[in-house]
Amino acid sequence: MGNVIQVQALTRTFGDFTAVNKISFEVRQGEIFGFLGANGAGKTTALKMLTGLLMPSSGTALVAGYDVARYPEEVKRTIGYMSQRFSLYEDLTVRENIRFFGGIYGLSTSQLREKTAQVIEQLGLEQQAGLLVRSLPLGWRQKLAFAVAQIHEPKVVFLDEPTSGVDPLTRRQFWEGIYEASARGITLMVTTHYMEEAEYCHRISIMVDGRIDALDTPAALRQQFKAVDMDEVFRKLARPDQPVGHVD
Amino acid sequence: MEIEVVSLSKSFKEVQALKNICFSVASGELFGVIGPDGAGKTTLFRLLATLLKPDEGYIRVRGLDTVLDYRAIRNGIGYMPGKFSLYQDLSIEENLHFFADVFGADMKKNYELIAPIYRQIAPFKDRRAGALSGGMKQKLALCCALIHRPSVLLLDEPGTGVDPVSRKEFWEMLALLKKQGLTILVSTPNMDEAALCDRVALLQQGRVVAIDRPSAIIERYPYPLFAVRSKEMHRLIMDLREWEPVQGCYGFGEYAHLSLHTASRRPSEIAAYLEQCGHEAVEIKSIAPGIEDCYIAFEQQA
Repeated sequence: MGNVIQVQALTRTFGDFTAVNKISFEVRQGEIFGFLGANGAGKTTALKMLTGLLMPSSGTALVAGYDVARYPEEVKRTIGYMSQRFSLYEDLTVRENIRFFGGIYGLSTSQLREKTAQVIEQLGLEQQAGLLVRSLPLGWRQKLAFAVAQIHEPKVVFLDEPTSGVDPLTRRQFWEGIYEASARGITLMVTTHYMEEAEYCHRISIMVDGRIDALDTPAALRQQFKAVDMDEVFRKLARPDQPVGHVD
Repeated sequence: MEIEVVSLSKSFKEVQALKNICFSVASGELFGVIGPDGAGKTTLFRLLATLLKPDEGYIRVRGLDTVLDYRAIRNGIGYMPGKFSLYQDLSIEENLHFFADVFGADMKKNYELIAPIYRQIAPFKDRRAGALSGGMKQKLALCCALIHRPSVLLLDEPGTGVDPVSRKEFWEMLALLKKQGLTILVSTPNMDEAALCDRVALLQQGRVVAIDRPSAIIERYPYPLFAVRSKEMHRLIMDLREWEPVQGCYGFGEYAHLSLHTASRRPSEIAAYLEQCGHEAVEIKSIAPGIEDCYIAFEQQA
């Protein structure tokens, strides 16, 4: 399977400050790729470039075959986005949310009708289609948000802290949906600083001071950093100058 | 007992946020309230902080009732809400002075309590609170909650939105404060933080499903447990759930955790079943449960 995301020496500066410093990596089709970094490490800036929202200063990034600098609009159309914090309009019904987001992604009236019916059927929400999203249990809301993020059949879906704070059973149900999407060939890019989420990814990259300082499978990273879990890997990377456990 | 919660219930319209909650916290204890979003953690903390009145039951903080004696209680507690609630337009130093003044606290006398924390943000003392990173905001909020030298500290989800490094540092600060004799109640949705508490209450949809030392909760986990992986995670989970001896099977990062009904099954039997299903690169190991396994078992019983 080919690479769906290809990043080469991608850089972004703001004045004298280099927020993203020559990062390079590839993400394969169907891969669940964890994109990690401490607050301020440059994760958000990198993501904005990968989603066509911010121009790179130098370097290249291809997302689903489109150069993000030359074809940002095409990039936006080929990706989906979901965040735990905001994904659906709670004051709209299930059906209205699907139609709203489908409309934003430029689906035609007939496509909208077809897709709306399809999503409702897939999720088994026939009885709830006319209910406000607010009244749905969190687990259902998340499944719906994930389905809505894929309504335009994107090749890549970006997930921002998709399950932080969610109860353990609901989290697992959600990740099963992610595994299932991955098995269908959709590429998933997960950003989080919750290691419970990171451990589910096939591979993980960790950004420190604008660079990618580690990139491998969770198991290989644990081995490389002689760490018992990803939390320890992260701490060793993010503050190498500071002995872990030191306060003042 | 520093804190006693007795038959506590609280509803908002049709939603029953807390259902008949009972627990007590000893003086000097680090007590964790563990549960996902929507379990009732914030409602519980607002009730403890005298900001809400119970529908039923009562809370006593050092023998005082949170409804009748709220004024006296407020002087003795430090409350850090989940949402950053300091003045964004004031500097670090101004926020600290403001909270000291409101409580009539003597900054000089109490400084030593917050010194190990404040020293870390002091180099930025003139910076507006709104312009601080998540970890620094958290440290400042903790200083402001401590400046009147409370005996009870209530921390509602202090780790939310903070990276793992700052989160770790925060727990280390709590350990220091505990040494000073403070009673600390802290809530978190992160099950793995339970191990850092003396005792925890597991909260599930407004009910307490377990209260004990984390190790004691884990010891009571009733099923034999295995970590299993193969090349295809999604199919692995689905196939295992079809197997009759399986009590539950859920993804846990790179592995799926598999709990069985009977203790008699061996890893070789699991391997044989998975081979029969056509799985490749199968790996199986017997493991000890964590708090999250316990929490899932409680959820299944509900």
